Amino acid sequence: MSKDIRIKKGLDIKLVGAAEKTTTTISLSSFYAVRPEDFHGITPKLIAREGTEVKAGEALFYSKSDERILFPSPVSGKVVEIVRGARRKVLAMKIAADSTQEYKDFGTKDAAKMSAEEVKEYLFASGCWPFVKQRPYDVIANPNQAPKAIFVSAYASAPLAADLDFTLAGKDAELQAAITAISKLTEGKVHVSVGANSNSPLSSLSGVDIHKVSGPHPSGNVGTQIAKIDPLNKGEVVWVLTPQDLVVIGALFLTGKLNLTRTIALTGSKFSKPQYVTAIAGAMIADVTAKNLENDNTRIISGNVLSGKEVKEDGFLGYYDNQITAIPEGDDYELFGWNKPVFNKISTSRAFTFSWLTPKKKYDLNTNTNGEHRAFVVTGAYEQVFPLDIYPMQLLKAFMYKDLDEMEALGGYEIAPEDFALTEFICVSKQPHQKIIREGLDLMREELG
Amino acid sequence: MGLKQNLHNLKEKYKGTKMAPAFNAIHTFLYLPNEVTHGGTHIKAADDLKRTMNIVIMALIPCLIFGMFNAGYQHYAAIDGSLRAAPLANFFTLDNLWIGVIKVLPLVIVSYGIGLLVEFIFAVIKGHEVEEGYLVTGMLVPLIVPVDTPLWMLAVAVVFGVVIGKEVFGGTGMNILNPALTIRAFLFFAYPTWMSGDKVWVYDAVNKAGTADAISGETILGSYAQNHEVVYTLWDKFFGFIPGSIGETSTFLILLGAAFLIFTKIGSWRIILSTFLGAAVMGFIFNQIVAADIITESSKFYGLMNTVWYEHLLIGGLAFGAVFMATDPVTAAQTNKGKWIYGFLAGFLAIMIRVFNPAYPEGVMLAILLMNVFAPTIDHYVVQGNIKKRLKRTKVKTA
Repeated sequence: MSKDIRIKKGLDIKLVGAAEKTTTTISLSSFYAVRPEDFHGITPKLIAREGTEVKAGEALFYSKSDERILFPSPVSGKVVEIVRGARRKVLAMKIAADSTQEYKDFGTKDAAKMSAEEVKEYLFASGCWPFVKQRPYDVIANPNQAPKAIFVSAYASAPLAADLDFTLAGKDAELQAAITAISKLTEGKVHVSVGANSNSPLSSLSGVDIHKVSGPHPSGNVGTQIAKIDPLNKGEVVWVLTPQDLVVIGALFLTGKLNLTRTIALTGSKFSKPQYVTAIAGAMIADVTAKNLENDNTRIISGNVLSGKEVKEDGFLGYYDNQITAIPEGDDYELFGWNKPVFNKISTSRAFTFSWLTPKKKYDLNTNTNGEHRAFVVTGAYEQVFPLDIYPMQLLKAFMYKDLDEMEALGGYEIAPEDFALTEFICVSKQPHQKIIREGLDLMREELG
Repeated sequence: MGLKQNLHNLKEKYKGTKMAPAFNAIHTFLYLPNEVTHGGTHIKAADDLKRTMNIVIMALIPCLIFGMFNAGYQHYAAIDGSLRAAPLANFFTLDNLWIGVIKVLPLVIVSYGIGLLVEFIFAVIKGHEVEEGYLVTGMLVPLIVPVDTPLWMLAVAVVFGVVIGKEVFGGTGMNILNPALTIRAFLFFAYPTWMSGDKVWVYDAVNKAGTADAISGETILGSYAQNHEVVYTLWDKFFGFIPGSIGETSTFLILLGAAFLIFTKIGSWRIILSTFLGAAVMGFIFNQIVAADIITESSKFYGLMNTVWYEHLLIGGLAFGAVFMATDPVTAAQTNKGKWIYGFLAGFLAIMIRVFNPAYPEGVMLAILLMNVFAPTIDHYVVQGNIKKRLKRTKVKTA
């Protein structure tokens, strides 16, 4: 029985620079990096050292809290540098790629004939466990807990997001293999959400509940879908996977190799030709963007404009990301910018902001904050873009003053930072919502487990 | 280059110093800052607090201009009653405006000057940026005081209101009571003879009291409360050709402002509508009491109780309070359900206090301040509803 999801509250942020549906294959980068930071809440214990030769799929480090959780090298090559920050925290492991790639062989498997424990062991060994994330807390799943359901969102509603119907086309076999495997991990259902009008390769999967999603962003956020399909309660856990990671898992079962190559959308007004490319996770940004990028005062983001991470050209593609966005920086003053009529920016109010007149227009937004950080003043605005049955401002305030009882009672288990990306975008007081939520969730995880 | 570059250099120079907030406050009025996003969303919507506050000020401007003309009109009409026969013809005159310029503008200047000075001092001492809350408060204050309020009194009240009403709680966004109403309440309790009675509402009535040229400055509410006869027509009341606090008289312009606030999505239509609704219901109940002969003409409450319910919405400060005071997002209820309850009770209590308060026939200020105090409680129970729903979901699962 599938349940369709329709939401009304939300906001589609339409930007210039959607990726054209052509895919270029990018040649191998010279350097790749795996950053422990991409795996939130993990303390890395290094396996590889500087100078270690690794194959693609071989573990670089493991999680201090559970040594079965391995983090693999995306390519074969030599670990050339371990970048450390304050208090010797590992920031990145840099790998110089071999010109011909060698893969560690994990052996092909038929998921249908495997037990839950066997699937788990296989995912641990191959370094695929980090693809399994959990709610609450939005971190890598704790393998000792039993999830009540597993959720996959194959509908991307974020600004300029990669069209998953396009990037996953032809991957049916991998997806089915992965779904067969991960459905062993739960007693409950596997819920897959696809766009209402899409011809997603996921809509024909067997062994899953398919949900058709429509409505503005954040309808594609898995958090929204969980809330509408089977809301999370205290003491429960659900696991979450992205479809592009399912492809990697599926390919592993079918070929025995860990192949982190995926289709990346290059989006945003600062790309001269926004399009799709294939690249391996952890690739150097400059190699992926090649000559396509106009890098004059440009913000490069690994991910989308709402929840992605700022990177430089010599930085690296995030482990989970399937999108690079480049938009202009906004580090300039604007004369009387606070009171003159605004036509070139998006707003949910009509306070001499005119984006409500042109709902179809695509905007070229820059990174200016359009105002300074203030205390919470305006009320009732967040609710218009926030589809969950949660009081967003009350929850944010509870997360700021860190009252654990309130954080729990107001719905702290049901949210991830990305669920508060839109409220942060429209926030008149320019409060850092996602940061507040992230820090609060870390505290809850520490104190409540 | 030029100004923009010079100001940027100055900003860099002041960075980290004590005076930085003061400089930035002025700088950001000229230029939207060059700040860029870090860490969270990489893009931000166009609205900031300055823009939001600016919309409210714009909604208030018609009331201010009307109030300036009305200051003169009420003065001359009190001297020569025949002017009231044709209010429109005798209203928009330069003589009337001049009275407004000499009586109303100084109130605006003192309100902004003193209030912003206090804000700047606190920002410099506490090292935070100057927040925009006072921009609206500073405009509201002169609009809700009688025209003859002495400037020094206003200055003292503003200092009290900003410091005790707002800054001690942590500044804009943290206060419990509406700062503008705190200022007015301070005036009302500290200098009652200047804030009520039958003289202060019309320019010069105080000076001329007891002389041969004495003029009346009684408001409609005052007349009703004293069971006096009221000379104004319903249209006078609607368009605002009546004595009263400077900006509160014209229900027409206030509703225009309300329409603007609701259209721009800055003001909460829930609060505005429910406040009017609450007031109408209370007024209607009183009308029914009179109709049932429970209260007779000999009662001192008869005048106001017998006032038709829709007239209650037009006179006194009800419309102004509903549109500009009750809607202050910081001190009102913050949940959508809570806003309905909060507004309804504010309007309901306003009329109740108006009728039963023997000393001062207006209840809007006290009703809204009271509801300010109760707003967090209302929100608490609304949010508890959400929490209970969540707990119930867990119980159903585990049961």
